[in-house]
Amino acid sequence: MTWYAFLGAVEQGLVYGIMVLGVYLTFRVLSFPDLTVDGSLPLGAAVCAVAITSGIDPFLSLFLAMFAGFFAGMVTGFLNTKLGILHLLASILTMIALYSINIRVMNGPNVSLLGQDSILDPLIGFGLPGYLSSIILFSIIGAAIVVFLIWFLHTEFGQTMLATGDNPRMITSQGVNTHSVIILGVGLSNAMVAFSGALIAQNQGAADVNMGVGTIVAGLASVIVGETIFGRGGIMRAVIAALLGSILYRLAIAMALGMNLGGFTFTPSDLNLITAVLVVLALTAPKIKARFFS
Amino acid sequence: MMLSLKNIVKYFHRGSVNEVLALQNVCLDVRRGDFICIIGSNGAGKSTLLNGLAGCFFPDQGTIVLDERDITGWPEYKRAKFIGRVFQDPLLGTCATMSIEQNLALALRRGRFRGLSAGVRRLDRDLFREKLRMLDLGLEDRFQDAVGLLSGGQRQALTMVMATLVRPDILLLDEHTAALDPKTGRQILDLTERLVEGMELTTLMVTHNMHQALRMGNRLIMMHRGEIILDITGEEKSRLQVDDLLARFYSLKQDAFASDKMLLV
Ligand SMILES: Nc1ncnc2c1ncn2[C@@H]1O[C@H](COP(=O)(O)OP(=O)(O)O)[C@@H](O)[C@H]1O
Ligand SMILES: [Mg+2]
Repeated sequence: MTWYAFLGAVEQGLVYGIMVLGVYLTFRVLSFPDLTVDGSLPLGAAVCAVAITSGIDPFLSLFLAMFAGFFAGMVTGFLNTKLGILHLLASILTMIALYSINIRVMNGPNVSLLGQDSILDPLIGFGLPGYLSSIILFSIIGAAIVVFLIWFLHTEFGQTMLATGDNPRMITSQGVNTHSVIILGVGLSNAMVAFSGALIAQNQGAADVNMGVGTIVAGLASVIVGETIFGRGGIMRAVIAALLGSILYRLAIAMALGMNLGGFTFTPSDLNLITAVLVVLALTAPKIKARFFS
Repeated sequence: MMLSLKNIVKYFHRGSVNEVLALQNVCLDVRRGDFICIIGSNGAGKSTLLNGLAGCFFPDQGTIVLDERDITGWPEYKRAKFIGRVFQDPLLGTCATMSIEQNLALALRRGRFRGLSAGVRRLDRDLFREKLRMLDLGLEDRFQDAVGLLSGGQRQALTMVMATLVRPDILLLDEHTAALDPKTGRQILDLTERLVEGMELTTLMVTHNMHQALRMGNRLIMMHRGEIILDITGEEKSRLQVDDLLARFYSLKQDAFASDKMLLV
């Protein structure tokens, strides 16, 4: 792998890492497999892109994207808890609905941000090359969200969320309305995913309705890769592992795409297959390890 | 009267071929400080009675009044403010992936608003230590251990502490020693007595063990097919013998046998 490809993968790992932290929150904390993310990532991108092109500050646009994602997640939570629709199906319904909504938001399938302001401008203004400034900025944002998530999960409400995912009957008998916790939790997760989508849009210079395809698979793969390599003990470790898992996942993908096996090369369309194989390997690694090293 | 159940009716699968009348017209008045043992054969409706009190479902008919408040329509999480519970399954009362102190901290906020302050506070730890020391299981030195690492008995002991950490108006115990080995079960029963007497808790305890039911508490209730068929208090209860209860059970069986026979004829 070239140095440039390596940096590119790290940058992708960081910016998608915020999405991965959101997936961690639903998948691991709430035990809620949430496919909304395939729709809320482009939603964040769309809202942010439209906001910027209508003259709103790029920073502020990120927060608008976050609110949109929060709302989308709350809809999934509502469908699941109040209307009693199975979590997977509830999230698929929101995801499908978001496809139409995203096109409405953008008034078309995509919006270009070429020549528009972005949150990267101030750093580039310092004379840093583009690829370095985005890595620095996304590292800072990623670290800030990691710190936020670790703090949040240690608060009274965060602990309640962990308990809701672990043992809903127990936490109900302790006086918690699990419906509210799930609605807020899935909302918060999708706020992070939409935030990630907004950053991606600013970084790539465009929002596209199809940019969310496969988000959940990449998110799960990253969470599982992180857990497999860095372990699952403790909240702090798990949250950091999720972000690092995202970087490792993008590096693995870059490596696979760069491989040349006697004339055979992978194309970007093979990505889903590679990801699926990666998840299967990561899920079975503990068993394989146990068989050969004990 | 502290707690009144009036004419509670509960069907499961109403209107289908699987229809079960789990509670038929149950009336029960509980005085403050009552320690009621509930016995009855499998499927008598004991768990359904406790679940109905806790608010896991709403009754098809009847009202539940607690301290002059009609709580019939209150959801479970809202009633939890007044109710402490221990389930039969030791896994149900605690969060396996969370630590001992985190579980206790969750219980310490039963029925209160949970905001963004620290989940476990340093000040709380002294209280936790004191409570866990009472168990004599060495858990006071294992605050950070995940509850999933504990044995069933240890988890049930922890659940007992959690159910009473904030003093409940009513403590509901549903065969909470049935899944444990006899020795551990006895320890949990000892703990139950100590906690109930020490805190003067109003308690409803389901048990399948007649000796326990006779030995513990000031009141004994027998259920059969969704009805309370026996309710004995105080002096009369302390005179009650296992043979009396067996005789009662036996006559019920004969009744059932007779009615089955009538159907066959
Ligand atoms: N959730 C449920 N769905 C359907 N039937 C139930 C349910 N809970 C209890 N029942 C039925 O109600 C009756 C009373 O059950 P239960 O209260 O669990 O009895 P006990 O605890 O006295 O053994 C039984 O016939 C049981 O099959
Ligand atoms: Mg039962």
